[in-house]
Amino acid sequence: MKKRIILTPYIVWCIVFIIVPMVLVLFFGLTDESGKFTTRNLCEVFLYPDVFLRSLWLGFKATAICLVVGYLSALIISRLNVKLQKILIILVMLPMWMNFLLKIYSLMFILQDNGFINGILSSFGFSKFNMMNTEGAVILGMVYNFLTYMILPIHSSLVEIDEKLLDAAKDLGANYFMTFVKVIFPLSIPGIVSGIAMVFIPSVSTFILSKMLGGRQNFLVGDIIDMHFLGGIYDPHIGSAISLVLMILLLICTGIINQLQNENKSKKGALVI
Amino acid sequence: MVFLFLYLPIVILIIFSFNSSKEQMNFAGFTFYWYKILFSDKEILGSVLNTLIVAVVSSSIATILGTFAIIGVQNLKKIPKKILINIANIPLINPEVITGVSLMLLFVFINQNFKILGQGLFTLILSHTTFCIPYVILSIAPKISELNPNVYSAALDLGASPAYSFLKVILKEILPGIITGFILAFTVSIDDFVISYFTGGSVQTLSVAIYSMSRKVVSPEINALSSVLFFLVFILLIIINLRENKKVFKTGEI
Repeated sequence: MKKRIILTPYIVWCIVFIIVPMVLVLFFGLTDESGKFTTRNLCEVFLYPDVFLRSLWLGFKATAICLVVGYLSALIISRLNVKLQKILIILVMLPMWMNFLLKIYSLMFILQDNGFINGILSSFGFSKFNMMNTEGAVILGMVYNFLTYMILPIHSSLVEIDEKLLDAAKDLGANYFMTFVKVIFPLSIPGIVSGIAMVFIPSVSTFILSKMLGGRQNFLVGDIIDMHFLGGIYDPHIGSAISLVLMILLLICTGIINQLQNENKSKKGALVI
Repeated sequence: MVFLFLYLPIVILIIFSFNSSKEQMNFAGFTFYWYKILFSDKEILGSVLNTLIVAVVSSSIATILGTFAIIGVQNLKKIPKKILINIANIPLINPEVITGVSLMLLFVFINQNFKILGQGLFTLILSHTTFCIPYVILSIAPKISELNPNVYSAALDLGASPAYSFLKVILKEILPGIITGFILAFTVSIDDFVISYFTGGSVQTLSVAIYSMSRKVVSPEINALSSVLFFLVFILLIIINLRENKKVFKTGEI
């Protein structure tokens, strides 16, 4: 009886600050100013197909780069001795606690037309070249911000691999490449899957980053949502509709990722049997 | 290589915070000038104060609510428990933009219909608490599952009142989890930009202040600010790690 009572404030909090806001997004997304039901907002969303595609595409590219770079570094780190590993992992985590905006700002500082890289280039007599406001800058920003989220889960799944399995593979005559393909890689898939989810979702839904590094022509979904709430055009109805579509898209993506993970699990189960 | 990539931009930023020239790329000489400017900037100092108030208050509320929630959840049946835990995790899974926007809608809606709760410090605290609770729950949950329910029953059998045995047995066991949860919530709250941006109204937290600063002019003041923050985080992490190592050492001795 008593235990029920202590749960009440939390349940109330959840309803007021989690459920009601979500319902409001749904409500605003499906109504017009007078409160009548309409699908006009959802139709308006499809005026921005290029923005949605660009968000998904850039998020995909950033995730792919993070996966390759992150996997390699996690692999290298996991083969060092324990003490060194611990220090390196702390070094990987440290930038995570740096303010997100300061990290973007530091990239801007380097990439600008009169920034660090161009400064060095021009002192060697090369002509300046433009890096800001390009797709590449946005992808670089995403990788720079979210790489940590890829390295950490992969590293922890690599560390969990039993050394004996590697010895066994060696004894059975596998070279390092074969061991990697047949033993290490399959066992690290759970880490890869959660890494992908942790990089892809924030990359697709990011904003400000794209605005600051990519300029107007590289606006992402997040920037458009921002525009409809705090930017030039105040229209919470369309903003909510865009949020709804983004949420559904990301839910589908996480669904696919989870599905992959489950398939992998059931396969592993079959192997054990 | 990866470390070079992760740290080079920050290091360059720090070096140029000592640059005496306002011209970005010419390193003209060493100076603390920008730090002086930084520490006399009222806007920045005010936003630091806001950030700290919001972080302290909301992580405290989140810790209390989260602790109660996780203890209460244990007594539920399987299905309501699962539903509640899934709802609790919504702020973690949902993209930050959407959490921010939905909370903003809530506050605007309440303000329009009941003429209360204008956006400001109070709404900031409410929304920060909301996204901090999952972190608290996540840090306490493993401690709770390690609990041995028999010890609590034993305390009752030995004549302790329920409140006393709760304090002495359950709370004592999960206290490290509660402290970790509080620290985590505090850091997440300080670091947050997106949700403060949408729910703060005209009240600026440090992140929002940095945003509006970097939009206006590129000034070495921001460089100075980021190096100060970087060293603070660095020292904090070293302290936390030293504490952990000490603990391992101590338990190893016993």
